[in-house]
Formats: sequence, structure tokens, C-alpha cells
Amino acid sequence: MIEFKNISKHFGDKTVLNDVSHRMETGKCNLIIGTSGSGKTVLQKCLVGLFEPDNGEIIYDGISFTDMTEEERKLLRQQIGMLFQGSALFDSMTVEENVIFPLNMFSKMTPLEKKKRVDEVLARVQLVDAHKKFPAEISGGMKKRVGIARAIVLNPKYLFCDEPNSGLDPQTSMVIDKLIYDITKEFKMTTVINTHDMNSVMEIGENILYMYLGQHEWSGNNKEIIFSKNERLNEFIFASEFLKDAKDMRMLEAKGKIDNDRNMDELLK
Amino acid sequence: MTVFTHFGRYLLMLKGMFSKPENYKMYWKEFMHQCNDIGIGSLGIVCIISVFIGAVSAVQTAYQMISPVIPKETIAQIVRDTVILEFAPTLVCIVLAGVIGSKIASELGNMRVSEQIDALEIMGINTKSYLVMPKIAASLVTIPMLVILSMVLGIWGGRLAGTASGILSTAQFDKGLLNSFSPYNVYFALIKSYTFAFIISSIPAYYGYYVKGGALEIGRSSTKSVVVSCIMLLCADYVLSQLLLSPAM
Repeated sequence: MIEFKNISKHFGDKTVLNDVSHRMETGKCNLIIGTSGSGKTVLQKCLVGLFEPDNGEIIYDGISFTDMTEEERKLLRQQIGMLFQGSALFDSMTVEENVIFPLNMFSKMTPLEKKKRVDEVLARVQLVDAHKKFPAEISGGMKKRVGIARAIVLNPKYLFCDEPNSGLDPQTSMVIDKLIYDITKEFKMTTVINTHDMNSVMEIGENILYMYLGQHEWSGNNKEIIFSKNERLNEFIFASEFLKDAKDMRMLEAKGKIDNDRNMDELLK
Repeated sequence: MTVFTHFGRYLLMLKGMFSKPENYKMYWKEFMHQCNDIGIGSLGIVCIISVFIGAVSAVQTAYQMISPVIPKETIAQIVRDTVILEFAPTLVCIVLAGVIGSKIASELGNMRVSEQIDALEIMGINTKSYLVMPKIAASLVTIPMLVILSMVLGIWGGRLAGTASGILSTAQFDKGLLNSFSPYNVYFALIKSYTFAFIISSIPAYYGYYVKGGALEIGRSSTKSVVVSCIMLLCADYVLSQLLLSPAM
């Protein structure tokens, strides 16, 4: 579990995070959502220590990350996996070398064991024929999967994903979402995902934090979000007419008023 | 950002490099990789430049020595001393500042912009140690070697040009080479090459490591790093000459 209390971050005069508090639960997909510039990425970077918050406290399973020394943080980071927006794969290395890199750096496995582990994780992300390819030779979706494989190769307790679906088609996005969801359940990880992809919110949002202008605006899960009365959240989630209609349908469904084409016609009117 | 801010951040980057490596084997591998990139990668350009600067130096010295009283061997002496004292360490390092400097700055800049440095940090790796230190160490090892090679090739180039153009015979050149040779000049050149190696690797590393933005900024920081490295290199050249040669005059 990752808990953060009263996190604030300023860049010069600009306040990017203002007193944000929330709890990311173990074994769940925890989503941070919000419009561009709402502070999602800064919050995530604060959580992993790439940015230092000006105020507040971050707690990893009861241990204060804020009070840790640099050496203690380095040890904790070996339990953190992160998937970056642009995948952040090492250009000069093949897929296999990218995935084996954390093992070479931190594990005491034999070369054979490392090879076996790499094959295992690449198979887990459904990449079996890409071992010798360079990042420039594979598609965006494959890059994300390699990024996930590299992030989970050391069996981390915490997985951070920064916009895992950006630049992907809806079908591939669903595959990546499902993969992250399944891995989270399989390894009982605390997964924190930054996204503004509504499919992800509805499909895997077990614990959602909605941020607005650097502040905690709403939190709940994917069941509650549809019925939320928060205007800003509704404007964000149901931005298009199509999604608004879909919401109306779900509302009617929930009230038991719609179950056939007749009601569909009513909606279309 | 002021010069002092840059200098402060540069010093902090250098300080940050010194920490216990997470895995010695991986650091050694990276160091050897950089030695290959910096040393072997620059071998071709260093060889070509050295031979030509030696050759040009021989021809131009002969052109300026119009007095028949001065023996021909003096040309070899002048070529030897200019190549050892100035051309091999300074000129070669200025060229290397462009070749290696832009490579280091753009490589680190690209890693920063594409979040590869962040990815390494998240893994718990000290990126200053893992990415910057091997580059500086490899430069400190390989650049003085390149400078020594440049001295040899420069003198050989002068000998080749001198004899090929009929300015002096090989025997005259060889005799001149041995006349009043001072080994201190070689030490001086090596001290310069170590200093220059540090400058042309650490300054571009600083500009690359702290780059912000996109492809345009990587190009800008790469250019800036080469310019700053060259200026610092020339300043260091003057300071070292003043400090190390003045007492010997």
C-alpha cells in the first residue's frame, strides 16, 4: 500500500500539487486521472522520488519514503517497476538486453537463470519472437509490453505506469490494460496508473483519484464514477456526446428502466 | 541561469558521481564500452589530423627559415617541439571536443529526453555514476594515449613531407629530432592532455545530463557544450603553459 498525505509541489510561483492526499491499495489497479496539466505526472514522479515534494509525506507499506536516506531509497526502488509514457527502452540494446538489464545489475542469478527469467516475462507479456529486435524495430504496443516486462522482471511490489495507453489504438490499449490488471492480481502488486483513457478508467479502475488543478477532487471506483454528482468529474469523464449517451444508458440500466430496443429508441430521440 | 548556477550544478554532478557502484561488473562493462567508443572511435580522425599537421608544420617551418646560416636540422627540431607542445595535445583535443563532446552531450541528452535516465533512477541506479563517470574515466584513459599517438604520427608526417618535398633528407631530420630533446615537453603535453580529457568529457556530460525539452534542445546543448569545452580548453592551455613552462624558461 502506498499512502500520501498533504503533498504539495511548486515550480517557481506555479503550484502544481496542492495538499493532495490519497491511499493506493495493494493488489489493485489505482488510477490517477485528470486533464492535461492537472498534476498527475508530477504526483507520480513525487511518489517514486524523481521529484521531491515541498510538503507532505509518502508512506510505502508503513515506512516513510520522505524520511529515507538516498541509500534506503535506492533499495526500495529495486522493488519498484515503472512503465514510462514513451516506454523509455534503451535504444542501443535489444529487447532481451533491455529486460535482462535489471537482472544483470541487481540479481545474483546465473546467466542461465537470467535467460530463463527473461523468457518467462517476455512470454508473460506475449512477446516470444522479439528477443533480438531493437526498440526501433518494434511497434508502439510491443514497446509498451517490453517496458512492462522490464518493469516486472525483478518481481516488484509496486508498479507505476505513466499513461500506458498513449499513442495506442483502442484494441492494443485494451490488451495493455488487461495485461497490467492481470499482472497486478497475479503478483499482488500495488499498481499506480496515470491515465486519461476512459476505457482504462471503466475497465480497470478499482481505485480512482481524480485530480483537478493539482488538487484531490474526487476518489472512488469505476462503479461509483458513473453515478458521481461531481460536475468537474462528469465534464472530464463524459466529455463527448457519445459518452454522455452511454452514461445515460448505464443510469437507466441501473434503474432497471432499459433492457431492450424500445428504450434505446427513446434515448436516440 | 547564471554562470555560477551552471558551475555549481556542474560541481554537484561531479560530486554525485562518487558513490558505491551497484554492480562493479556492469560499471566495468560500461567503462570498456566507452573506451571503445571514445578511444577506438576517434582513432581514424586523430591519425589523419596528426599526419597532416606534422606535414604542414614541416613545410611552413622550411618556408619561414630563409637564412642559410640556420642548419636544416632545425626544421625537425621545430616540428618536434611544436607537435609535442601544442599541436598534438591542443589541436587534437579541440577536434576531439567536437567529436566526443557532441557525442556525449547528444547521447545523454537523448537519454534524458526519452526518460531513459529516469528509468535507470527508478531502478535504483545512480545515473551520474553509471552514465557520466565511465565517460570521464574512459576519456582520461584513452585521450592521453591518442595524444601520444598523435605526437608520433605528427613527427612522422613532418619527416615524410620534409623528405618528399626535398626540404631535408631523412638523416638530417633524424639528427634534428635528437638535438636538445627535452623529456619535460612530453610530461607537459601529457599533463595538458589529462586536463583537456577531463574538460572535453565532463562539460558535454553536464550539458547532456541536464538538458530539458526535445530534439531541438539536444542539438542546442550539444553545440553549446562543444563551444564551452573549446573555450575552457584554450583557457586551460594558457594557464598550464604559464604555470608549467614559465619556471622552465
